[in-house]
Amino acid sequence: MITVFERPQSLTPAKTHYCPGCTHGIIHRLVAEVIDELGVREETIGVAPVGCSVLAYNYFNMDMHEAAHGRAPAVATGIKRVHPDKVVFTYQGDGDLAAIGTAEIIHAAARGEKITTIFVNNAIYGMTGGQMAPTTLIGQEATTAPSGRNAETQGYPIRMSEILATLDGAAYITRVSVHNPQEVAKAKKAIKTAFEMQLAGKGFSLVEVLSTCPTNWSLTPLKALKWLQENMIPYYPLGVKKALEEVKV
Amino acid sequence: MLEEIILAGFGGQGVMSMGQLLAYAGMMEDKHVSWIPSYGPEMRGGTANCSVTISDAPVSSPLISEPHTLIVLNRPSLEKFEQDVQPDGLLLLNSSLVDLEPKRQDLSVLKIPASELADEKLKNSRVANMIILGAFVELTKAVSMDSVIAALKKVLPEYRHNLIPLNRQALEIGADLARAGR
Amino acid sequence: MAKVLMKGNEALGEAAIRAGCRYFFGYPITPQSELPHYLAWRLPEVGGVFLQAESEIAAINMVYGAAGSGARAMTSSSSPGVSLKMEGISYIAGAELPCVIVNMQRGGPGLGGIQPGQSDYFQAVKGGGHGDYKLLVLAPASVQEMVDTMAKAFELADKYRNPVMILGDGILGQMMEPVELPEMKDVETLPVKPWATTGAKERTPNIINSLFLDPEELEAHNLKLQAKYEQMIQEETMAESYQTDDAEIVVVGYGSSARVAKAAVDQARAEGIKAGLFRPITLFPFPKKEIEQACRQAKNVLTVEMSLGQLVEDVRYNLEFRVPVHFYGRVGGMVPTTRAVLTEIKRLTQGGEKA
Repeated sequence: MITVFERPQSLTPAKTHYCPGCTHGIIHRLVAEVIDELGVREETIGVAPVGCSVLAYNYFNMDMHEAAHGRAPAVATGIKRVHPDKVVFTYQGDGDLAAIGTAEIIHAAARGEKITTIFVNNAIYGMTGGQMAPTTLIGQEATTAPSGRNAETQGYPIRMSEILATLDGAAYITRVSVHNPQEVAKAKKAIKTAFEMQLAGKGFSLVEVLSTCPTNWSLTPLKALKWLQENMIPYYPLGVKKALEEVKV
Repeated sequence: MLEEIILAGFGGQGVMSMGQLLAYAGMMEDKHVSWIPSYGPEMRGGTANCSVTISDAPVSSPLISEPHTLIVLNRPSLEKFEQDVQPDGLLLLNSSLVDLEPKRQDLSVLKIPASELADEKLKNSRVANMIILGAFVELTKAVSMDSVIAALKKVLPEYRHNLIPLNRQALEIGADLARAGR
Repeated sequence: MAKVLMKGNEALGEAAIRAGCRYFFGYPITPQSELPHYLAWRLPEVGGVFLQAESEIAAINMVYGAAGSGARAMTSSSSPGVSLKMEGISYIAGAELPCVIVNMQRGGPGLGGIQPGQSDYFQAVKGGGHGDYKLLVLAPASVQEMVDTMAKAFELADKYRNPVMILGDGILGQMMEPVELPEMKDVETLPVKPWATTGAKERTPNIINSLFLDPEELEAHNLKLQAKYEQMIQEETMAESYQTDDAEIVVVGYGSSARVAKAAVDQARAEGIKAGLFRPITLFPFPKKEIEQACRQAKNVLTVEMSLGQLVEDVRYNLEFRVPVHFYGRVGGMVPTTRAVLTEIKRLTQGGEKA
């Protein structure tokens, strides 16, 4: 019998707590597949955030470190400086990375920390109950923006990848999506490139993954995927924002 | 023996390094010593001071509020610290820069025109502090002159060791003055 | 080894290196900056890492990462900066990681001042961050003791897998005294940490974590931490008692204040007053047995602090209110003088005016 599909070694058998239709599961799997393919599971230390993926340390089958809200890049910096020969990644949501942890991500990138960040942007705070995120779109409803985000009083959503791409320490910054199989394939390729950048010692790498939150968007999983495509991508254009010249992308 | 000294002047007059030299010299004689500076913005161009304790017994408090000796290199330092000196204490002042008479009558006062002497005799006004230090050492014998000179090698970075003879001359000028003034 | 004259902050840095610390993460703040200045050139010499972080918060979280991955790591700061670190400190305590945090206290609250203070005693000893946790808090009072304390701090941190705070103040950091430095520890001989995140090579993954969503589990975790603190109370108290055997008045202070108090005790003795000094070296665990012993015949106890009365609460509590415990303190960067403490000693033993 030939095995055509199985759980990546880099994932534990644990059943995840993610809501039906949430794309965190896909993204976890992509990261795990890439780590398997690169053969570095036993060399990898992951840093989990605070947010929906707070329990990521139960799902990734490798050494994991749970960080405080927003501080994952600082924790990863500490780990990587102690173990420069290991692979270190952070897995962070938009509240974690683009609000409370803005300083940490900007400075980890500016220092060119040789770590990889998987940035899951679903334009909302999921775990705490659908509050407005720094990436919530104008007009998008949230429990703390009941009439929709109002630019006048609540400002504008942040395009983190574009900001980070301006930093010299960043080696590879890209935005991908997982709203259909083609994009999932592209996302995996991007994640692999990001890890390869780290292995080659090039600098900081980050993959922003546009993601859905059917529960807090109050949409069915399918409609959520469509909403992502129609609303998020126009504001958060996909593609490579920065790549060192030697990188083939 | 317990000698508590406050050294004060403008930032840049070498007040801190005078104090460190004394502490180092004391340490080399196996005495108990401590040195503590004032710190912060007041260091930057304003008045700077440090406290040095040299003692035969372990130093209880490195903080000195009532020194045996006060060394002042500028006028504001005299105004600030004169009243704190212990009764019958010692006051050494750089009379080139302090145009003020001490108010206290009980203190032994030695006025040394250190800046002028350093300029005239050594063509280098930066060693005015060492002239005063030389006088202090001669008057109090808190440490020996040999220890101060040995300490210079520790306190000055190696590339400044060419300045040791100059500093030594300055110390000796001060010591001579103290002997003459006694 | 010959003695050298060193500033407290620099001596702490060298002592950390000699204790096997190779990772420092910090952010500039007066009056502790000589420590990072020193380590910025010294750590690279021994193959270590000095990193100036973007904030105190980032710095303590870098320590969290480095400690979790098995290294002897430290950070240092002064009062306002230590407040910022409290989040990370709580996580480090919760995740049971060893590290050393230095607080060279200055006057507060808020931005306060840059002159010495001791008003972070409660923050250091009672928590500071959220949750039921304790730091081991060590309070050296001389440059030599700071050096000795640093080695002890890393040992205790590893022994208990718990953050250790060295609680100093601006005076201790800035002053120079002769020190004898210990031998350089071989980092290869440091305790093995099988729990650290080093890459799960041929073993099950290690997880560094302080999250327990199940209340029963979190309670059990808390009780486990508490048992550890109880062991510290049993095994780790340190204190100095000076002239306390026949003392009718015992002055209590830590750090720089204890130095001033000692000078006052000496002067009181010279005037025939039976005065003694009790100096806690561990602030948590508080040396209860030691202070009871030191104060057993005392008619009065006087705490001397650079705060408006923090240590005094623990002194009263640990003496179980059996002796009158008085307080004398200065704040804002003002330092108690020997004369003022002596005046208080005289007032309490002979009556008279308050200092």
